Amino acid sequence: MSLFSLPAVKGLIAQILGTIAGMALTTVIRALMGLPAWKAEPAWVVGALLGGVAFLFAVGAFDDWLQWMVGKETPLRHGPPPDRPAWTRYFSVDYNHKVIGIQYTVWGLFLLMAGGTFALAFRTELLRSGMQFLGLELFNNFIGLHGIVMIGGILLGVGGMANYLVPLMLGAEDMAFPRLNALGFWFNVPGALLILSSLLVGGWDAGWTGYPPLSARGPIGYQLFFLGVYFIGLSSIVGAVNLLVTILHMRPKGMSLFRMPIFVWGVFATSLIQLTATQLIGLSFLMVLVERTLGMGFFDPGLAGPGKALLEGGGDPILFQHLFWFYSHPAVYIFILPGLAVIGELLPVFARKPLFGYKWVALSSLAIALVGFLVWAHHMFVSGMNPGLRVPFMFATLLVAVPTGVKFFSWVGTIWGGKLHFPTPMLFVLGAISVFLIGGLTGPILGTVPTNMPLHDSYFVVGHFHATMFGGFVFPFFAALYFWYPKVTGRMYNETLGKIHFWLMTPAFWAQTLGQMTVGVMGMRRRIADYDPALGNGMIQAGHVVITIAGFAIAFGVLLMIYNFIRSAEVGKVAGSNPWRSRSPEWQIPSPVPEHSFAAPVTVVGEPYDYGLAGSTYVRMAAAGDD
Amino acid sequence: MSSVAVSIHESYREKLRNNRLGLWLFFVSEAFMFGGLLAARFYLWREDGVVVRPALDQQLGLIVTSVLLLSSYFMNRAETAIAHDDRENFLSGLLITAFLGLVFLAGVVIFEWGGHIKPWDGVFGAVLFGMTGMHALHVLSGVIFILIIWWNGRKGHFSADRHWGVEACAIYWHYVDLVWIFFYPALYLIGRVVH
Ligand code: HEM
Ligand SMILES: [Cu+2]
Repeated sequence: MSLFSLPAVKGLIAQILGTIAGMALTTVIRALMGLPAWKAEPAWVVGALLGGVAFLFAVGAFDDWLQWMVGKETPLRHGPPPDRPAWTRYFSVDYNHKVIGIQYTVWGLFLLMAGGTFALAFRTELLRSGMQFLGLELFNNFIGLHGIVMIGGILLGVGGMANYLVPLMLGAEDMAFPRLNALGFWFNVPGALLILSSLLVGGWDAGWTGYPPLSARGPIGYQLFFLGVYFIGLSSIVGAVNLLVTILHMRPKGMSLFRMPIFVWGVFATSLIQLTATQLIGLSFLMVLVERTLGMGFFDPGLAGPGKALLEGGGDPILFQHLFWFYSHPAVYIFILPGLAVIGELLPVFARKPLFGYKWVALSSLAIALVGFLVWAHHMFVSGMNPGLRVPFMFATLLVAVPTGVKFFSWVGTIWGGKLHFPTPMLFVLGAISVFLIGGLTGPILGTVPTNMPLHDSYFVVGHFHATMFGGFVFPFFAALYFWYPKVTGRMYNETLGKIHFWLMTPAFWAQTLGQMTVGVMGMRRRIADYDPALGNGMIQAGHVVITIAGFAIAFGVLLMIYNFIRSAEVGKVAGSNPWRSRSPEWQIPSPVPEHSFAAPVTVVGEPYDYGLAGSTYVRMAAAGDD
Repeated sequence: MSSVAVSIHESYREKLRNNRLGLWLFFVSEAFMFGGLLAARFYLWREDGVVVRPALDQQLGLIVTSVLLLSSYFMNRAETAIAHDDRENFLSGLLITAFLGLVFLAGVVIFEWGGHIKPWDGVFGAVLFGMTGMHALHVLSGVIFILIIWWNGRKGHFSADRHWGVEACAIYWHYVDLVWIFFYPALYLIGRVVH
């Protein structure tokens, strides 16, 4: 089998050729219009767009639909490709949600490691004051890339868990729209490549938020960043449509909404946000893109000369911030709602007790999603927006603490008096709770106007959101990886290595986030490459050293996990179908899960989390054949 | 056939149910994007706190709006026709809709965009071209969708009880129409005229 017959490789080649073709096309059109033929920026925009689309065509994401267009019906493909080795299905357009879930997860882990590498580079630079090896330009590029690549990785991690688990947890055969599901994943590959390749054309230096006017004037790298985010946003939207329809329409008999595993509730709430809010980051970046390419003055106040304001003057950068944060605040809930739901999913298994307040936890996810839409301007308290908006947004922000508190009560109530077991996934769950607590407590400090003002744009904010994202996503994600690893591979990971990973990462993370807050209070500004060593009575450098060492320790822990997973897939002991004695449907079928997950229809006959209640049943599978 | 096979090859009816919900969710999503454009319009087209608008060709606005509304009638006629297995009116309805869609596009692209405001003319140009451009892109995709449906319909696809493609196309067309019903007053009618 030649490498070039792999669909992913075909896609890559097509992306490169498509980019070149787009650039040529732009040049020809400009020449025909009598303009100077070569202009780099529009050529790159059209090229990047065509390149991304070419990837999707070449990888085969549109194959079935193209057939439908000419009136042919195509049956849904199943199983590994007939003419290639089985592993190649992971590099092809495959319609099985379990394959797609693994594609998402692996590509997500790759992006998280790539994004982490950018961070290690600029953390090393920050070990001492003054510039050592990075240069100001590259430093700025790296902080932006770190931010957006991590966000991409998180979105893919969320997609991985949701795609693999939701149909299994519902007892459904697959997602509602398997072809759309595959397309949703493949959007992410050209998207991420566009973002990473922005470094080749000058990068972009405004941080992941891409605020104009800077982003309306900086290098061409911005355009690739915008387009890459646009592709990943499309993935979020079609993925959300798919998950929502699956959850609403594909439940088996007896699976009422309030009998769904709590993880499904988390995904449901997250998908509502992804479906709607994502449009706004897409729109805001698209507007900057056309502002740069066609001179449309939405945001940059100084684009045109002075004169009649409305016909010649520029736009308003504050508008960008409103549109951007309308997505990007709810986005943080996209990251954490599935993560917090993993905590709720695993605690009962390892405490052998019902989930405390199931209904309240389910509804709190929806409440967080809804209230999350009303708080975006807490990122803009000092932006110069209408000051009358501050207090309403402050109160709305503090309101989010209520449903978040519900979740904390539920976790404590579930742990209380349980018969606790502590394998690696449980440790990561407890680590998640401890870390999310730090993030949750610093949120209201930032959400209150008077305390926000001195802390805005300081490293305190950096500490806050790393704690929320690690507590709300990274720790639960790792817990989920360890927990479902035996289901995916059929083998057990190495418990000792898992525990070393946990005990390395958790204290290191505490040190990192508390260290970030401390240097922030000492006066360290966010996204600045240098600092005055006299800050904090000369203690600031010690703080930076701690943060950097902790960062490397976390990275080492992650490598350990990856090694563990790769090695255990071959030598791990066979796990059996239900090593954790879970009640959830996916654990009642063999590991690894067969191509068609359930040999017989699933019926739900009881409550999901009645652990420890004698004689209670959640799901029943009809014996194969009887129907 | 085993029960698994039955559940894999879901019935057409089940798929229809999923498709309908999926399409409506997609519209909800798009509504946020169009809503963002409207928000930008009311945020940027202001002078001293008063909502303003540029002087646009009112006759043109009225004509393209009427054409688009009329097209929705023919789209509906086409859909009703196929639901009654009336192929003739089905196909002619589609063609008329596509034609009216193209007239609308010509009105916007040739006449409106050919007017005195250009994309680079301040916030007036930016918002005008942003909103009409995004909408025109949807109209264009709708016309292509209609033509694909027409082409397949001519070859004898679709029937009274199996025409999800037609239904999706029709709802999409009405949706794009509906968006214009919000865009038209925002661009042409609301606010004090300046310049
Ligand atoms: C208790 C609830 C929370 C409150 C009250 C809160 C409040 C805030 C406030 C006011 C800011 C702006 C600080 C500034 O720039 O001046 C902020 C920043 C941030 N928060 Fe939270 N937050 C909460 C929870 C979360 C959660 C759960 C996450 C996510 C996973 C999160 C992620 C972020 C991020 C990423 C930023 C920085 C965005 C940026 O400027 O790049 N927050 N938070
Ligand atoms: Cu926020």
